[in-house]
Parts: sequence; C-alpha cells; structure tokens
Amino acid sequence: MPLIRAENITKNYRVGDMEVPALKGVSFEIGEGAFAAFVGPSGSGKSTLLNLLGCLDHPTSGTLTVNGTDIATLSRSAAASFRGEHLGFIFQDFNLVPVLSVYENIEYPLLMVRGWSPEKRRERVLKVIDAVGMNEQAHKRPDQISGGQKQRVAVARALVGEPKLVLADEPTANLDHDTAYRILGLMKTMRDNFGTSFIFSTHDPKIMGEAELTFTLEDGRLVQEGGAA
Amino acid sequence: MTSTLKLAARNLLRYRRRTLLTALLIMLGVLALLLFVAAAGSFKQTMVGSITDSMLGHLQVHRKGYTQSIDNLPLNLNLQPNAVGKIELALKADPDVAAYSLRVKLGAMFSNFTENTSIRLNGVDPAAEDAAVPALRQRINDGDKTGPLVAPGKVLIPTLIARGMKVNVGDNVVLVVTNASGSVNGKNFVVGGILDGVTGPGGRDGYIHIDDARELLRMDKPEVMEVAVCLKSLKSLSAVQQRLNAALGEIRNKEGKPATELHLWSDLSPFANIVKMIDLMTLFIRIMLIAIVLVSVMNVMLMAVYERIREIGTLAAIGTQPGKLMAIFLSEGLLLGIVGAAAGIALSYALVGYLNLNPVVFAFGREQITLRPVLELVEVGGVLILAVVVSALASLQPAWRAARMDPIQALRHV
Ligand SMILES: Nc1ncnc2c1ncn2[C@@H]1O[C@H](COP(=O)(O)OP(=O)(O)OP(=O)(O)O)[C@@H](O)[C@H]1O
Ligand SMILES: [Mg+2]
Repeated sequence: MPLIRAENITKNYRVGDMEVPALKGVSFEIGEGAFAAFVGPSGSGKSTLLNLLGCLDHPTSGTLTVNGTDIATLSRSAAASFRGEHLGFIFQDFNLVPVLSVYENIEYPLLMVRGWSPEKRRERVLKVIDAVGMNEQAHKRPDQISGGQKQRVAVARALVGEPKLVLADEPTANLDHDTAYRILGLMKTMRDNFGTSFIFSTHDPKIMGEAELTFTLEDGRLVQEGGAA
Repeated sequence: MTSTLKLAARNLLRYRRRTLLTALLIMLGVLALLLFVAAAGSFKQTMVGSITDSMLGHLQVHRKGYTQSIDNLPLNLNLQPNAVGKIELALKADPDVAAYSLRVKLGAMFSNFTENTSIRLNGVDPAAEDAAVPALRQRINDGDKTGPLVAPGKVLIPTLIARGMKVNVGDNVVLVVTNASGSVNGKNFVVGGILDGVTGPGGRDGYIHIDDARELLRMDKPEVMEVAVCLKSLKSLSAVQQRLNAALGEIRNKEGKPATELHLWSDLSPFANIVKMIDLMTLFIRIMLIAIVLVSVMNVMLMAVYERIREIGTLAAIGTQPGKLMAIFLSEGLLLGIVGAAAGIALSYALVGYLNLNPVVFAFGREQITLRPVLELVEVGGVLILAVVVSALASLQPAWRAARMDPIQALRHV
C-alpha cells in the first residue's frame, strides 16, 4: 500500500462570495521512502497540496489517505494528533522557537506533543542532533546560529518523533545555493538512514533536480509526474 | 507542567522590560492594598480599643429611650433597682462578659469659687469601672494613677475644664446639681485627677464616686442610668448581643413593653462611621487592584499572542494540541500575575516589619495613635487568590485566541 494516495482532490478557497479553485482534481500516489518534489509556477497549488497532505486543511472534495488513515475529514484535535504522531514539518523560515535552545527545540515535539519520559527523549534527541551535525551548538539559541544551521535544527525537529513523512514547503528558499544543496543532501541522508519519506516544494529548477520524483503542478492541475534526472 | 511553566517564564523574560513594568505595576497595587489594610486595621483597632476600653465599654444597657436623649443626661429615664438586678443576673450568666460597671450619669455645675461651668459626670464604682473600662486609668495625665480610680469626695475632670477653670489636682471645687424633683444640691469635692479627652461622646466627661452621685441627686433607691459592659473578646460581640437581647427582652415595663435597650459601641460612637468609610476605601482599593491586574495582564498577553502568531502556527502545525497551546499562554499570564503579587506581598512584609520597628505616631483628634500594622494571613492569602484568579481571567481570552488559531493563516502571518 502506498504511503500517500490522493484521488481527485479539489480545493476551493472562499474569497468573499467567490470560490477560488486552487486544486482542480489531483490524483497521485507516493510510496514509502520517497524523496519527492512538488514543482510549478507561483500560484500553481504547491502549498495548498502540501497543507492538505499535512492535515492543516481539508480538501473540498476527493479522498486523501496518508499512512492508511483517511485524513480528508479529521477533526481539529484529531488532525493535531495525527500530525504529532506521523508527520514532520520543515518551514521556509525555519520557525524555531526563539526562547528554546537548539536542544530544546528538537526536544519540543517529544516533550509537549508526545509526552515522552526524560530518558527516552534524551536518547532520541542526542541521536538526531548528532545525525544533523549540531551537537556542538546544542545549547545555543536560534539567534546565535546561521540560517543553514537553523534549517538543520528544523530537520532534526521534524525527524525526532520518527514520523512516516516529512513535509517541507520551500525549505531552501531562504538559503543560499550551497547551503540549499547541503540541506537537501542532509534530508536525503536522513531518508536513507531513517526511511522517512520527504516531500518538498520548490520553484528552483536546480533544487528540483535533487528530487527522485517530481510532480509538476500548473494552475491547480498535475501536468507531469516522473522521476527526475 | 513544569516544562509549560519553564516555557512561560522564558517567554516572559523575552520582553524583559515589559514584563518588569507589568510585574512592578501589580506589585505596587498589591503593596498599596496590603499596606492600607494593615495600617487601617491597626488604626481601627487602636481607635476602637481606646473608645471601648477607656470610655464606652463594648456594649451598654439603658432604660428604653435613654440614648435618644443622652445629650441632656435625663434624670427621669433610670433603670430601676429591680431591672438592674435582672440585668446584672443576665450579665453574670453570660460566659463572654468579662466585667460591667453601673453608672449614674448627671450634668452638674462646676465651680472653682470664682467661675462656673457645666460638666457631665459619671458616678461610678471605682473597682467595677476599672474592670469594665481598664484604659480609663491611662487617661489620667495628672493625679494618682495607681490608687482607686475615684475615691468618695474626689472628682476626675477633663483637661478642657481643668485648663479653662485653671484648677489643678488637689484643688477644692463645688459641684451643684438640680435633681429629678427640681431641688438644688451642692457638695464639695477635691480634684483627684485630670483626664485626657478621647474622640466621641463621653470623651470629655468627669467621674465621681457613685455614692456621691446618688447623694447629690438625693436618690433614695439605687437607680442606674447606664450599664457599661466589657467582653472578653470583641469577636463574641454579636453573639453576646443576641443572648443579652433575648435575656433583657424579658424585662418589661408596666405597659408590657421591653423596658431596656442594648447598644453596641458602634451604635454609640461616630467613629463607627469612620470604620465604615475605611472599609469602603479598602473595597475601592481592592477593585483598583483587580482592575490593575486585569488590564495589565490582559494587555501583555494580547501583545504576546499577537507577536507570536507565527510561533503559535508552528507549534500547532507540528502537533501541539489546542489545549496545550492554551495552557502555555494561560500559565504565562498566571506567572506574571503571581510573580507581581508575590513581589508585592514580600515588599509589604518588609515595609510592615520596618513600620513596626520604627512606628509612625500621629494625632487623630486629641489622641496620639501609634500605628502597629499587622498583615493578616487571610488578607495576604486573599490577595494571592485574587492575583491568580484575575490574571487567569485576563489571560483566558488571549490564550483561547492562540488555541483557536488556524495554523495555515498563523504561519502565513508576517
Ligand atoms: N487562503 C487563501 N485564500 C484564497 N486563495 C488562496 C489562499 N491560499 C492560496 N490561494 C490561492 O490558491 C492558489 C494556489 O496557491 P498556493 O499558495 O497553493 O500556490 P503555490 O504554488 O504554493 O505558490 P507559490 O509558489 O507562490 O508559493 C493561488 O491562486 C492562490 O492565490
Ligand atoms: Mg507556496
């Protein structure tokens, strides 16, 4: 069974009295351990689709299963639980909690979402902090590290709960080219090490090339699907 | 729980100056309330103590209608020996009554042989009066403070008359009285002591021995105008009042109506109104404190939520439950309120301690009052509960907003 199955997904946004279609019937499947990218011009629906996969929003119609769960109609708190259990998120602006140290940012999902015991948390945090190469900076606050380092911490925070799937909307848009490549390399290594699927969006053609699977969106429709490179 | 509090503390420290100012504001509010309550409490206690212990007693019994015309010191509204006996029985039977004094009250002409003035007098039994109003003795500023309060043939006069009539302790004076049947009677007295005045009616009365008073009035029966009662503790005031009202209600006049009336010190002294005013002011300060905590905590928390919309979106997106988000912001507001209140309480204790080591003395009317403020545990606990409840209320709406926020919109917020 594929990790993600989307069938004829549509999403309309309400703007005043108008219905603005953002996705106009999108169907696809993504298997476990994927390293996939949503690409396409601005306004094509990449973020909308990632939000639906991330249980942050409901599709207007269609069926959407992630890891065997129908996520199209989850309640607010069920969606929060699902995200906390099965998903990881990486953001364009890193979005670390400024008052928490690198270590505490990575620990947050285990502490405040999962409620793990201190020993379990410690073991797990040390493992991922080492995997992203941030142990030296563990005690630093986010404002004391570089953008690339912040995104490493974000990758670690996304992976710490051993999710099935990590979603990243434009994870490299705020990074210079070299750093962007390194972050993508890190994500791929993490996929190799932990078996986690990664889906990210980008409109940078070079970054796109790093994906093993690309879905090209145009005006709310999937126009091309295929293995890149 | 502790991790939520830790996060709250860190976030409060993030905007150090704002947090400090708000906590300071709450601290000052708490300080103002606690200091006022402590000082006013001490003032009240001193004043009430001086009024009850040196003059009124805690409650008084009169013949029905006497207090209404007490200004004229009527001679025809006396408690008859029969009634006095019953009153004494009721007082002796009450476990909370410490002592009582029977008084014969009269107005007299006071003469130093060259000038006259009028004087209000209490004829008392020295031992009984001493027991019922033990602080009366302390008001003697000139004369014998250790012997019997007032011996037969002696008169204690208020400072005002002593000064106005230029008489001193040991001087001979004459008291002239018109009795109930209209005949005039006079008697020589020696000034036995001069009394400091106290605030309120009766605060400028003189004292003679009860036998002298009855002789002056040519009373043939041991009638009494006033019974001043001292309780073991002011706390039992209303209980004693109820019991005595029941017991004294049995004493009827010829028409079968109650023959006596019972009054508390607060019914007799205008200072009771000042006490009410102080209590009202305390209430206002309390309301101000509530407003201060409510507005300042709510202001900080609304700002905190507004500033951290993207952070809230992030936390929600990565799976933080709405309830947890709510707890994060609620504990932030609570912590702010509690820290401010705790600082205020600590400072209040320090200041009250200082005031007890270096007492403030001030004059109220003709009395020197030494403030000995005490912080009651109930009051301190009340302030803490107030701070907790009000800051929780103030954070409720902002926290609710944070919990209800749509993660996508929150994440998109700039
Ligand atoms: N909250 C919203 N309300 C109304 N319309 C929206 C909303 N979010 C997205 N849209 C519209 O939906 C369409 C798809 O937007 P989406 O953000 O998914 O595009 P995108 O591919 O992520 O673009 P970009 O590359 O600029 O991030 C656009 O036309 C956009 O204007
Ligand atoms: Mg987008």
